[in-house]
Amino acid sequence: MQFFIEVLVGGLLSGVMYALVALGFVLIYKASGVFNFAQGAMVFFAALTFVGFQEVLPGWLGLEADSSVVFWLAFLLAFIAMIVLGIATERIVLRPLVNQPHITLFMATIGLTYVVEGLAQMTWGANVRGLDLGIVDEPIAWLMDNYEIGVSKFDLFAAGVAASLVALLALLFQYTKVGRALRAVADDHQAALSIGIPLQTIWRVVWAVAGFVALVAGMIWGARNGVQFALTFTALKALPVLILGGFTSVPGAIVGGLIIGASEKLAEVYVGPFVGGGIEGWFPYMLALAFLLVRPEGLFGEKHIDRV
Amino acid sequence: MLYREAGQFKATYAEDSQIFPIRQDKIGFWVLMLVFGVAVPLLSNEYWLKAILIPVLIFSLAAIGLNILTGYAGQLSLGSAAFMAVGAFAAYNFILRIEGMPFLVALVLAGLTAALVGIMFGLPSLRIKGFYLAVATLAAQFFIVWALVKFPWFSNNSSSGVVTAQDVTILGYTFVTPESKYVLTFLIVALMALLAKNMVRSSTGRAWMAVRDMDVAAQVIGFRLMRTKLLAFAVSSFYCGVAGALYAYTYIGTVEPEGFNLDLSFKILFMIIIGGVGSIMGSFLGAAFIVLLPIFLDNVVPVIFGDSLGAGFVSNFQLIVFGGLIIFFLIVEPHGLARLWQIAKEKLRLWPFPH
Amino acid sequence: MARQIGDVIVDLQNISLRFGGVKALTDISFNVKEHEIRSIIGPNGAGKSSMLNVINGVYHPQEGQIFFKGALRKKMEPHEAAEQGIARTFQNIALFKGMTVLDNIMTGRNLKMKCNFLQHALYWGAAQKEEIAHRIKVEEVIEFLEIQDIRKTPVGRLPYGLQKRVELARALAAEPHILLLDEPMAGMNVEEKQDMCRFILDVNDHYGTTIVLIEHDMGVVMDISDRVVVLDYGKKIGDGVPEEVKNNPEVIKAYLGTSH
Repeated sequence: MQFFIEVLVGGLLSGVMYALVALGFVLIYKASGVFNFAQGAMVFFAALTFVGFQEVLPGWLGLEADSSVVFWLAFLLAFIAMIVLGIATERIVLRPLVNQPHITLFMATIGLTYVVEGLAQMTWGANVRGLDLGIVDEPIAWLMDNYEIGVSKFDLFAAGVAASLVALLALLFQYTKVGRALRAVADDHQAALSIGIPLQTIWRVVWAVAGFVALVAGMIWGARNGVQFALTFTALKALPVLILGGFTSVPGAIVGGLIIGASEKLAEVYVGPFVGGGIEGWFPYMLALAFLLVRPEGLFGEKHIDRV
Repeated sequence: MLYREAGQFKATYAEDSQIFPIRQDKIGFWVLMLVFGVAVPLLSNEYWLKAILIPVLIFSLAAIGLNILTGYAGQLSLGSAAFMAVGAFAAYNFILRIEGMPFLVALVLAGLTAALVGIMFGLPSLRIKGFYLAVATLAAQFFIVWALVKFPWFSNNSSSGVVTAQDVTILGYTFVTPESKYVLTFLIVALMALLAKNMVRSSTGRAWMAVRDMDVAAQVIGFRLMRTKLLAFAVSSFYCGVAGALYAYTYIGTVEPEGFNLDLSFKILFMIIIGGVGSIMGSFLGAAFIVLLPIFLDNVVPVIFGDSLGAGFVSNFQLIVFGGLIIFFLIVEPHGLARLWQIAKEKLRLWPFPH
Repeated sequence: MARQIGDVIVDLQNISLRFGGVKALTDISFNVKEHEIRSIIGPNGAGKSSMLNVINGVYHPQEGQIFFKGALRKKMEPHEAAEQGIARTFQNIALFKGMTVLDNIMTGRNLKMKCNFLQHALYWGAAQKEEIAHRIKVEEVIEFLEIQDIRKTPVGRLPYGLQKRVELARALAAEPHILLLDEPMAGMNVEEKQDMCRFILDVNDHYGTTIVLIEHDMGVVMDISDRVVVLDYGKKIGDGVPEEVKNNPEVIKAYLGTSH
């Protein structure tokens, strides 16, 4: 039983990290109808840029490598890099493709994935790097002592970060002018345009926010598994999360993430041994596929009626 | 002045619905066939045959496969490479386990196996569309590669699923030289391209395109969605499966499941985007482009940027160029090189009197 | 008049259709007789298109029964309706944008083509013969609707009026028993409307095709219809020959509004 709970909690917490990536997808999809395949590459780009600045800044400024000034400056610079990336994407990729079929935009973001990955590695090199957030990946002593359940401090920290990020985004959407404009755009581009909402500005803001989310996700994932190319594959797992949760739902992204995280860990531990292991790589996709057959619109998505 | 259809009148509907209704096109086509079927194997060196021409042909076939599914039937797939893997390993096992299995039969069986797997993974397409389906095809991509690695039976118990293709023998003749392998590949690809062209210009192809363009209307005029979509999945996977088998048997010889990864699937997708979505000829142009581009960059980048940058720089530069080109084509010419070729021909028809 | 109005061919009884909580049609009964031109009119959002969608199986009503050629019809998919000889055009043109006019009209004949994809792949013998035989039929329709000069043009490049005509051609290519036309004249100028009227009457006259028509132009409706049904807010408020309907107080109220 303890083992089961341990696996379950571990899965749920890693699900939070998937949800973090999925959140970036949902933001962009809601505002611009673009299914941004490059979100995973953006996570990688953000993490690599952050670590890269952490490496070079001490030399430039003559500071200690572990000083908090370096940390926050690197964070700020990486965030600025993500904003620049977002604006460039809006200008170079999205604007010329406005009003094209969704699937064209989707394929364009696959192209964007390659560009972003190439840029990141060309700038900072392709070596695997560690990323230290100062939180150790060890079981919480109290839970271990009293209940013999191992829950990682780091995972809990990640969950905390994700929760505050979601809360922050919810506040942003609900109570700011930009948020209101954004919801209007999500509802109907044309209508939003016609009442004078600057569409391009909104898209830039959204891509910048998605870049910020990618940065946070990238730092947490990077601290966990090292900053490396494989990060882009981990980020792909956000896709089944989206299918479960629906492309337009923030709570859906969270719940979907939890389900995927928990079920893939449970499947790996309890089913994996019978088929040779390593099923984590495809299990989420298969689960999503099975789910699609039952409920094509996702957990929180709206049912779509074809009008003819 | 050379390229005109004036004076070529069509008296029957059969003449009007030929693949090349204009005489000059027909001549051009046969010249091309002779060049690539006869002159190229006689004149090319080993490097060109092995590293460029054979892979271009094989990827063209895979691209035709994906084009049938995505370009004609409108179902986006990100798992083409996995179906190539199915074809490669199926051919290997048919030849390994059945005494005296003729190569060409094994090739067809490999295609059929891939078609069967394709139908299985095509089932979700009955309920989902667009990127939902694209994500579902990712399931095929990851699951198939995993299964081929994890179950040693598929690779006859070799470590990590690496298999070495047996000799290719047809009617007692063993294909060893690159020239002979090229000619074999050429004939198979040319034949299958013709069959594909015939399908897309008849009722089967119209059904696919109808479903692609507007599925509700397609149903209302009597097309069965399920049959049409699953047929597209089956035929597409058949083509990818045969391409995969050829990849193993006439191209690299030793294959492992991990070689058929997501990256390869994307490459095939890029081929049809650059070559032309919904065009058989575009599949060839796109495959040639994507095979040649890295070779071109490998040779050109060090010259421009100097040698000191190292291999990592070149490969990252390639990523950027690939991605950038995709975006460029989607923005500037969504119908790819095939469309540019068509525009050039239309210009030529009017030349030198453009008004 | 050569044509003669026959028996009831489609009979809808007490049809109700809901989308979630929204009632699109409420307890509607009406019938269509063979060879007649039957019009459905009503203000926007009255449920006219939904009616057509019920007849050819795009929507499945929650309540009510549909009798087709005298037999109770089970839940029917659109392609089954097509097999029974029901063809239609759409309010927002539903042509296959990536195909030429000729290919679009050829799709209309798909149910009459018997070759399978392997025969198509070979394109030899039966498949080629079939293709040509149907091409001849399609050319007849093309000639009938006077669109010879655009047959090889991709439909996306055609102006609106011609697209509507191509859509009619596609429906006619199926040689339907019943033709459902959803606002075939919307957005057309007077000349184009006259052409379209002529085509509809010709089809009805020549082939005896039963026609169910949705149209906003009252002049046209009253001129060419045998019987007219009037919907408002998903309910039937009038039904009968044009004269009757014109003088029906409920109909006048729905169209002109009343002060309460």
